[in-house]
Amino acid sequence: MENTGLNKVDLIFEKIDNKEVLAKAFKMTKEEIIKEVLDSGLKGRGGAGFPTGMKWKFTSEEKSPEKYIVCNADEGEPGTFKDREILDRVSNKVHGGMAIAGKAIGAKKGVVYLRGEYRYMLPKLMIELTSFHKMIKEIGYDFNIEYRMGSGAYICGEESALFESIEGKRGEPRNKPPYPTVSGLFEKPTSINNVETLVTAMMIVKHGAKNFIQYGTKDSRGSKVFSVSGDTPTPGIFELELGMTVLQFVDEFGDGDTKAVQVGGASGFCVPRKKFAETIIGFEGVPTGGSMKLFNSSRSMYNVLHNYLDFFTEESCGQCTPCRVGCQQLLKGVEKVKKGEAKSTYLNELMKLADSMKIAAKCGLGQSVGNAFKSIVGNFKEEIIY
Amino acid sequence: MINLIINDQKVSVQAGTTVLAAAKKLKINIPTLCNHDDLCVAGNCRVCIVEQKGARTLIASCATPATEGMEIHTNTLKVRNARKHIVELLLSEHRSDCTKCYKNQNCELQSLANEFAFGDHIFLDLVEDKKYSIDRSSPSFIKDDSKCIRCQRCVRTCSELQYISAIAVANKGAHQKISSFHDRPMSHVVCTNCGQCVNRCPTGALVEKTYIDQVWDAIYDPDKHVVVQTAPAVRVALGEDLGYDPGERVTGKMVNALKQLGFNSVLDTDFSADLTIMEEGTELLVRLKKALVDGDTKVSLPMFTSCSPGWIKFIEHKYPEFLPNLSTCKSPQQMFGALAKTYYAKKRNIDPSKIVSVSIMPCTAKKFEADRPEMRASGYKDVDYVLTTRELAVMIKQAGLDFRNLEEAIYDSIMGESTGAAVIFGATGGVMEAALRTAYEIVTGREVPFGNLNITPVRGMDGVKEASIKIEGCVEAWSFLEGAELKIAIAHGLVNANKIMKLVKEGNAPYHFIEIMACPGGCIGGGGQPIPTNMQIRKNRMKAIYSEDENMVLRKSHLNPEVVAIYKEFLDKPNSHKSHELLHTHYVERDNF
Amino acid sequence: MYQVGNLVKELSDKHGRVRESLMPILQEIVQKHNYLNDEAMVEVARELDISAAEVYGTASFYTFLDTQVKGKYVIRVCKTITCSMKGKSDIIHTIEDMLKIRVGETTTDKQFSLIETNCIGWCHKAPAILINELPYTELTPEKVSEIIKDYMQK
Ligand SMILES: Cc1cc2nc3c(=O)[nH]c(=O)nc-3n(C[C@H](O)[C@H](O)[C@H](O)COP(=O)(O)O)c2cc1C
Ligand code: SF4
Ligand code: SF4
Ligand code: SF4
Ligand code: SF4
Ligand code: FES
Ligand code: FES
Repeated sequence: MENTGLNKVDLIFEKIDNKEVLAKAFKMTKEEIIKEVLDSGLKGRGGAGFPTGMKWKFTSEEKSPEKYIVCNADEGEPGTFKDREILDRVSNKVHGGMAIAGKAIGAKKGVVYLRGEYRYMLPKLMIELTSFHKMIKEIGYDFNIEYRMGSGAYICGEESALFESIEGKRGEPRNKPPYPTVSGLFEKPTSINNVETLVTAMMIVKHGAKNFIQYGTKDSRGSKVFSVSGDTPTPGIFELELGMTVLQFVDEFGDGDTKAVQVGGASGFCVPRKKFAETIIGFEGVPTGGSMKLFNSSRSMYNVLHNYLDFFTEESCGQCTPCRVGCQQLLKGVEKVKKGEAKSTYLNELMKLADSMKIAAKCGLGQSVGNAFKSIVGNFKEEIIY
Repeated sequence: MINLIINDQKVSVQAGTTVLAAAKKLKINIPTLCNHDDLCVAGNCRVCIVEQKGARTLIASCATPATEGMEIHTNTLKVRNARKHIVELLLSEHRSDCTKCYKNQNCELQSLANEFAFGDHIFLDLVEDKKYSIDRSSPSFIKDDSKCIRCQRCVRTCSELQYISAIAVANKGAHQKISSFHDRPMSHVVCTNCGQCVNRCPTGALVEKTYIDQVWDAIYDPDKHVVVQTAPAVRVALGEDLGYDPGERVTGKMVNALKQLGFNSVLDTDFSADLTIMEEGTELLVRLKKALVDGDTKVSLPMFTSCSPGWIKFIEHKYPEFLPNLSTCKSPQQMFGALAKTYYAKKRNIDPSKIVSVSIMPCTAKKFEADRPEMRASGYKDVDYVLTTRELAVMIKQAGLDFRNLEEAIYDSIMGESTGAAVIFGATGGVMEAALRTAYEIVTGREVPFGNLNITPVRGMDGVKEASIKIEGCVEAWSFLEGAELKIAIAHGLVNANKIMKLVKEGNAPYHFIEIMACPGGCIGGGGQPIPTNMQIRKNRMKAIYSEDENMVLRKSHLNPEVVAIYKEFLDKPNSHKSHELLHTHYVERDNF
Repeated sequence: MYQVGNLVKELSDKHGRVRESLMPILQEIVQKHNYLNDEAMVEVARELDISAAEVYGTASFYTFLDTQVKGKYVIRVCKTITCSMKGKSDIIHTIEDMLKIRVGETTTDKQFSLIETNCIGWCHKAPAILINELPYTELTPEKVSEIIKDYMQK
């Protein structure tokens, strides 16, 4: 497996002349933009990792007078805070990325869905948005961005739930197909991209795909922003090349006593110490939307698991059986096992249930509850049982 | 056409067909729960999952359109395990007390449990942690959250078919539930009691409020004289709960069964349906006269029918400004009730306080209607107990009757006489057709100009139907209607009622007379009818209604001899003072939440 | 209980009487009055021509669209893993002691409500809380009591 080592990168927060990059982008044809992004191998930074160029291509191929570009700034995954930082520091690039994406897919309207927890940023963002609108007008380009606020529901980060929410409904994920590229916001073709994805795409347009693919591995091109928290002397935001091992990551960020790293937040995977060296951070190993949480040996992995399950039990939209009831069962199950009120062999039943949830739940939330469950129970069983 | 392979068999289907429907075509059964033919796709129970070759996850067959070259397996180990898990999960949230549950043996969850989850449960009981509530506030139905599997059929019914959304999905995660506005009791929200949600609930979470025991008590009380009336739509649906196919008429056996059950007198709502036509038809003609001849601009036209209590409550909540447009006629059930304790009591020389008046209805809203304070014109509660078609079937089973082998019997007299016009009240367009058969004849002296009295333009399942009839050759008294074009409209299902009301509100409804029934298909699709329901079943019942009509000797309300008699002996004439006292009512404005 | 007055009408004028305005309207009511009372929800339903049950159903989906009485200052303490590891319980106890309420409750003077919430995106500066819109991070019991004191004086 390719392994790049741990290298810091400065791309997302790089100081650039936005106007210049946008002027360049607006002169490109949509095919050229899409080709550049396709060639870069950029995969979505919101967690699911779908190739961004493909998403734009599909959306651009849809024939519809109205299309949308939606920026997913719902950032609810526990342990992720990079999108807030990006919006705080370089919102112009986020807006710029949306305009470029708009050009690529043929959308004149963009919507940023910002989580309610970040409302305090809104006044500043509004000012920056106004000057952004002014700037692209000066370039002679017509594109308009609107902000819509979330109100405290993790599931609204799921793309179709997010559309429902903007449409004024409960954030219940939709059936797929149809996919957003065909029928998204207001049932119009929509490309929904993560905050960071949009900025990365803009930087790819600026520097060229060739530059981008120098970084990362075949399956995980480029670099990305990591949100580092937990038992670390240096919590915060770090832009790193993709393709390092967890061990390399822990060497840099650990406190010398790291026993596990939760990669990808509550819906991601728990990597135990014995697997640090063999596990690559990226789509070939453990993918992540950026959340990296370190746990040292003073931590109870039961508490970690319990906390995550509690989170999912509350944040599941509740519509589908495997997820709504499955989460409650996993939670109550580990509680009972921990208290000795259920046999430790009951964990085997719960592991099977987690498998069923993975394949039978309606959306990514229910499908990924099993990730944390299985990797924590699988690796730290002795901490779960009575 | 799209070609796919299911369980190694090839099948071709139209674009847009779901995998579930494609499988059905091959007679491959895939279990479902949230799916319902009358409603939009939800895809939330996940019971219908199947394996698609090459897909990362299982797919919900009810929510996934078939695509070219798709390879589906409906019964792999993966599917079976996941499906069993799903059923077990539902049961773990569910208060499974089947033996005392009203839906025992008629429950979709129970059937699935029977197939997938017998023996020991895998998972922990979650019911003990939940604060489930049971809402018994509505006189029509009980909402028991501990039986709810959150399939949202009720929510979709109430919004898609009924345009009310008295209930909606509330909260999220483990706390997600079906709720009225801020958990208010169902008796105090915009709910019309139509029972359409009850008809589509796969479990015992929504069931009618039953009064079976009270009726038995009355029957066995030697002091009481128990009369029972049966609505037109019951006779074409009751059979479904007793082993017959949808659309089989069981009128004679039903009458016999009621006699066997011990009712003192088995009478027919048809009688008061005919009476309704006399009253309502006259009311319409009077309104028309006031508007056309007297130039009275305050006359409320169009006039709406008033026999559907679900519809009445709908307009009271949603369009109270149009209450004056409602016919003041009570529904046939309530006309019957008022007469049972007056006219009938007198004729039969029975103390009205000793009469218990029971009605068998296709409808849950009638239970509410009977409880309305306005419905005590006789000085007593006009109708004491309303039972649904389903409840009657239960009583028949309880009594151990061999229904199939019962002799046919005929209704008792008085108030047991019927006409075809009354029978068709049970189907959408029926009241209109019955009214036209009579009104046209009153005005012109001739029969309606339709072959064999069948006014086909007002029949059928279209949500909104319109027609117009030119009135020519009027008799002297009605000559002011000469040449007039009577414009009528018909809607069934409150979503369609709402369409018409919108037009009316915008001033774009050119009609004189509008028939509205709250339930899809009219009373044949009522909330108290046998479960399941779908378009085909309703069509079959409708066909049965019209064949019952065709088989009747008398097919016009004004020819019902008992109706003729009651005007002579008791009521004087339609819209008389006495009629108004007993047969007409008024309405109240209600909150829209 | 607050009186809704013209607020819903004004907000409906501002955002438009369409379903997609529901969230912005509810959000602004909450910004102003801290929670949605029944009167407000019924008004919104009327203005947007949707059912009140649906307004309630939608609002109750979102944790920030409270349908129960809330104080002028809503304190949301993050309870997700990092904050929980880094002393969230101490923060809660401190606030509980100061305000004499427990999690989930509102002070009798309707000034403060204390609730727990899921990750608010400040894990690198855990423990973190929100007071209405504003985040406060890297809290210690001392720091949080200073902050609450300030609010008590407002
Ligand atoms: C439960 C759930 C929560 C999600 N939350 C987010 C989120 O907060 N931000 C985000 O960008 N993507 C989130 N996603 C992924 C989105 O559905 C979607 O894939 C993403 O926004 C696409 O953008 P990208 O391709 O640029 O990553 C979430 C997915 C699920 C299933
Ligand atoms: S998996 Fe969970 S969040 Fe997704 S639709 Fe099902 S219940 Fe909702
Ligand atoms: S709803 Fe069905 S499964 Fe539940 S108790 Fe009643 S009959 Fe049994
Ligand atoms: S009875 Fe009718 S109006 Fe009431 S909740 Fe059910 S479907 Fe809605
Ligand atoms: S009440 Fe019945 S129809 Fe409604 S969600 Fe529950 S189980 Fe389904
Ligand atoms: S029947 Fe298909 S998901 Fe419920
Ligand atoms: S865990 Fe508290 S802010 Fe993320």
